[in-house]
Amino acid sequence: MVLYNNMQPIVTVTGLTKQFKNLTAVQDLSFSVNEGDVYGFLGQNGAGKSTTIRMLLTLIAPTHGCIEIFGKELTANRNEILSQIGAVIEKPDVYKYLSAYENLKLFARLSGVKVTEQLLMDQLEKVGLASRAKDTVKTFSQGMKQRLGIAIALVHDPKLIVLDEPTNGLDPQGIADIRNLILHLSRDLKKTVIVSSHLLSEIEQVATRVLIIDRGKKIIEGNAAELFDPSQTIVELQTFDNGYAMEQLQLSVWGQHLQPQRDTAILIKLDRQQISQLHRDLVDMDIQVLSLQPRHSLEDYFLQVTSGNQHVDTYSN
Amino acid sequence: MWTLIQIELFKIFRRPRTYIAFAAITGLIGIIQFGLKLDGDSYVDFMMRDITSSITVEGKILNGYQVCYIVLQVLLVHVPLLIALVAADMISGEANMGTLRIMLTKPISRTRFLLAKFMATIAYTLLLLVWLAVLALFLNMILFGTDDLFLLKSQYVVLLKKDDIFWRYLWAFGFAALAMTTVASLGFLFSLFAENSIGPIVATMSVIIFFTILSTLNIPVFNKIKPFLFTTHMIGWKEFFDIKVNDANEAIVGSIQNPQKIINSAVVLVIHIIGFFTASVLIFKKKDVLS
Repeated sequence: MVLYNNMQPIVTVTGLTKQFKNLTAVQDLSFSVNEGDVYGFLGQNGAGKSTTIRMLLTLIAPTHGCIEIFGKELTANRNEILSQIGAVIEKPDVYKYLSAYENLKLFARLSGVKVTEQLLMDQLEKVGLASRAKDTVKTFSQGMKQRLGIAIALVHDPKLIVLDEPTNGLDPQGIADIRNLILHLSRDLKKTVIVSSHLLSEIEQVATRVLIIDRGKKIIEGNAAELFDPSQTIVELQTFDNGYAMEQLQLSVWGQHLQPQRDTAILIKLDRQQISQLHRDLVDMDIQVLSLQPRHSLEDYFLQVTSGNQHVDTYSN
Repeated sequence: MWTLIQIELFKIFRRPRTYIAFAAITGLIGIIQFGLKLDGDSYVDFMMRDITSSITVEGKILNGYQVCYIVLQVLLVHVPLLIALVAADMISGEANMGTLRIMLTKPISRTRFLLAKFMATIAYTLLLLVWLAVLALFLNMILFGTDDLFLLKSQYVVLLKKDDIFWRYLWAFGFAALAMTTVASLGFLFSLFAENSIGPIVATMSVIIFFTILSTLNIPVFNKIKPFLFTTHMIGWKEFFDIKVNDANEAIVGSIQNPQKIINSAVVLVIHIIGFFTASVLIFKKKDVLS
């Protein structure tokens, strides 16, 4: 039994880096997940989400950094920690030549569960596969395989559930089912869920906290309610001397609103009604403004702070 | 650990591919049995054509023991391919299906996971050899009866008495199991490096073919490395059928011409098995699962 204080994070990642030969997939990434969170892990394809999640599940060894789960160092307490984690990693691949029941039984035994037919059938019933329990998986649709993958992830009643791109390849009904399942796990069963996606709309609807990464680096981490607040916006500021502007802003009340700088722009997160005040303060601080452009939505911001705008540019050209 | 091995065996024997090897052995032995049953006398005449003028042989040359020896000589060259079909698929097949990443998120150490898979591979190898023994030895004993075993070596002939043969076959199959386990452990090692089983199967067979050629080439420069090649020692089972003779050139019942050679070969094979598996564990423990 792993005990942890309610206020302490379940997952603490510090300075996580993964280097593949010449590619740095994840760079100095730090974040924490609290008990009961639905933690949205957001980033473009290739941003480093899957690499990070695989490091959380010991599938990939970090080059640097530390991962603590349930208050214990992951590598040293691997089996104890993994016994309380359920995971679906990208495609729900299972043994296609075995039936749903046999697959579930096999993985339940590996998870250390005392297997009974009742337990397995109940689990299959929960994901709507009880009637297909004896059918081989090769006859299943992608959505059915995904549901079986979830049954496998949940069969040992884990405290932490990790879902890496769980809606990939699913139809709209399948996507809605996954969304409802995540909400059910969080609200009704009080589970902690880490869910990754490259689709903002998916994360927006379920997450309580969000981490956005791009090219292996953390862009922003915060409460979803604040990040997704429609009254909030991101202002992109370009000045004649960004160094001086940053210095002045950090010394002012706007310091707490500053976001990590991207390229030549300074990003400031604020309430839409504060934009005029910001404008006045910039003049008072003698900052020569080249442009002050509010972004209209979080999606706009997401595309801005990640590499997504590059794709838009490509299509525009 | 037993649970893990059970699961691995369950997976092996639920895959249709597993039974290809059993079916192939059954078919090949069946063809040999059919041919020899139909026209065995011609085969014996052909075998004895060079020595009938110098010695007279009485009794039933084409008996179950003789047929078993013929089968082993033919099949033990090809069985490695059948072993590699499963052994080289053990990790690469899981990576290909995408199940490796799910397996490794379960609370089982990678060493235990690998050990269970290796034990299951050995169990499969042994079962295949047991099946080979059932068909090649026991079935042939029933179909062709038993008598003395007459073996033509390159420079001499060996005649083993009927009552001095069965135990030699048991040891020969035991030795063959060791040789095939070496092949299995090599295929197992190669299966770590690929995400489909074709590459490891081809690599395993390529190494065996390459080493076998080196083992048989009579070029002095290769003689120094021959003792270290596992393929040199895989045919050690034949040594059980070489017998000592006394001063009167009479066979000594229950003897083996060169038991030390068998022991040396067995030690080399065991060292290879341990080496291949240890390398597998060391590599697998550090392997990033990207499949």
